[in-house]
Amino acid sequence: MAYSPHTEAQRQEMLRAIGVHSIEDLFADVPPAYRFPRLQLPDPVSEAEILRELQELASWNAHVGEYTCLLGAGAYHHYIPSVVQAIVGRSEFYTAYTPYQPEVSQGTLQAMFEYQTMICALTGMEVANASHYDGGTAVAEAIIMAYNVLKGKRQRVLLSSTLHPEYREVSRTYLRGTGLHLTGDEDLQAGLDALEGAIDRDTLCVVVQTPTFLGEVLDPRRLRRLADTIHTAGALLVVAVDPISLGLFVPPGEVGADIVVGEGQPLGNPLNFGGPYLGFFACRKAEVRRMAGRLVGQTVDAEGRHGFVLTLSTREQHIRREKATSNICSNEALNALAAAVYLAVLGRRGLRQVAEICYHRAHYAASQIGRLRGFECLSTWPFFKEFVVRCPIAVEELNDRLLEHGFIGGFDLSRTHPHLGQAMLLCVTEMVPVSEIDRLAKVLGEVTR
Amino acid sequence: MAYRIPEDLRYSSTHEWARLEGDTVVVGITDYAQARLGDIVYVELPEVGESYAQGETFGVVESVKATSDLYAPMAGTVLAVNETLVDDPSAVNRDPYGEGWLVRFSISNAAEWEALLDAAAYAQLLEEGGH
Repeated sequence: MAYSPHTEAQRQEMLRAIGVHSIEDLFADVPPAYRFPRLQLPDPVSEAEILRELQELASWNAHVGEYTCLLGAGAYHHYIPSVVQAIVGRSEFYTAYTPYQPEVSQGTLQAMFEYQTMICALTGMEVANASHYDGGTAVAEAIIMAYNVLKGKRQRVLLSSTLHPEYREVSRTYLRGTGLHLTGDEDLQAGLDALEGAIDRDTLCVVVQTPTFLGEVLDPRRLRRLADTIHTAGALLVVAVDPISLGLFVPPGEVGADIVVGEGQPLGNPLNFGGPYLGFFACRKAEVRRMAGRLVGQTVDAEGRHGFVLTLSTREQHIRREKATSNICSNEALNALAAAVYLAVLGRRGLRQVAEICYHRAHYAASQIGRLRGFECLSTWPFFKEFVVRCPIAVEELNDRLLEHGFIGGFDLSRTHPHLGQAMLLCVTEMVPVSEIDRLAKVLGEVTR
Repeated sequence: MAYRIPEDLRYSSTHEWARLEGDTVVVGITDYAQARLGDIVYVELPEVGESYAQGETFGVVESVKATSDLYAPMAGTVLAVNETLVDDPSAVNRDPYGEGWLVRFSISNAAEWEALLDAAAYAQLLEEGGH
């Protein structure tokens, strides 16, 4: 039976109401030749045939299952235990949406509650929301939250020059038209001292990233001093962080961060060709009513039974409309679930091991490559899993050579950081075996000889 | 259900009450407003020294099911806010005309008092609203 939402009489009534005679009249502005163009499509083929064709096309992709990946810059190839996909793929969980009658889905809510709890434990914060789209939008939402915490009285946002270039771009796009002034990142060589010196009474927040876009881990004592300066000026500190690094380094919550955000993709989510990803967001309990996004809480029902609810949803768009903390009502529940399963499977010790392997292999790779003729490792301060290498030939050309040898090369910094010269941001995770690091050094030496 | 509407207060059509005390006015939300909102979980109040025009939003009251703006019944400058509501917002439900008061304003235009609804007019408003 065909699904027909309207009767012919209703259609005629609607057409009369808007003053046209037929549905075709609605398309009068589209030239007739373009209304129903003849599509040059091949004849239909069988499922088996089309599958073969698509596989043929897919085989053109260079993917991390086949190549050794040295590319990071915000999206990271980490090992995902099989149990993550097995749980995320269960039909009880497999939806992109939180249900509209959320309390009937206690399992989904419990999973979100556990995700939030783990993000709090990881970041050292008190409250985490149920997720944002990605790291970039989480940064932008953090700025909006800081603006609201200060009751809209301040207009200036200081962005660290070492915040991911895309997070800076997304924030500017997101906040266009709000009257906020995003600055501080014009000089890519400016350090934390310059950023700290730029804080004034109109500054609402300072956004930094650790490890920085270039992989450097910011000294927690330095961050603590920065937080003190920011708080003295009545502003907020927003820290963007790689969640895997928190297996090893001091969480931002312990150095005075007011809001901690980041890209959660490294936690059990595949690279997914750029998305969907996962923005995580955590803050202090005192400011929870200014936090964007939805929040799952744990409670007891009228009979004292333990359960989960969506809480504080009166701040959300569907109830509060123009006064909502954010106009984004959806989240990345499935990706957040993957992160929760990943963290549960790894546990405290497992996450630390992953972070340690990344750290040691990245430092080993940096020392091996820095030793090669014509190459120079520019990262000096302790870095995590990424480091900068200046190369003797153009990075684009070098990456072409690397691809021929089974490596997906590093991020070409000549596009975003021209002052570094022919520099490449290399990423080494636990997915790059030591033998591959040795082979990489050998190949780099050969192709630049 | 009958809502309490004290005779000595004046009312706005947005369900705030006002009590004139010298050249200041104490403001809260009415018994009707608190009953309609349900359990109040959070009250966001202005800072002392802030000035508001008549009808301007000076705060927000949030219950488990809704969030409502608070509108200044008269123009004025905030002299004091009820700090106890930070820890105990349910006072607004328990005693909307007493310990659940919200803000004290110093008023700039006494004539605005006369333009507010008296108890009978406010009762009439609720009546017409079908309550």
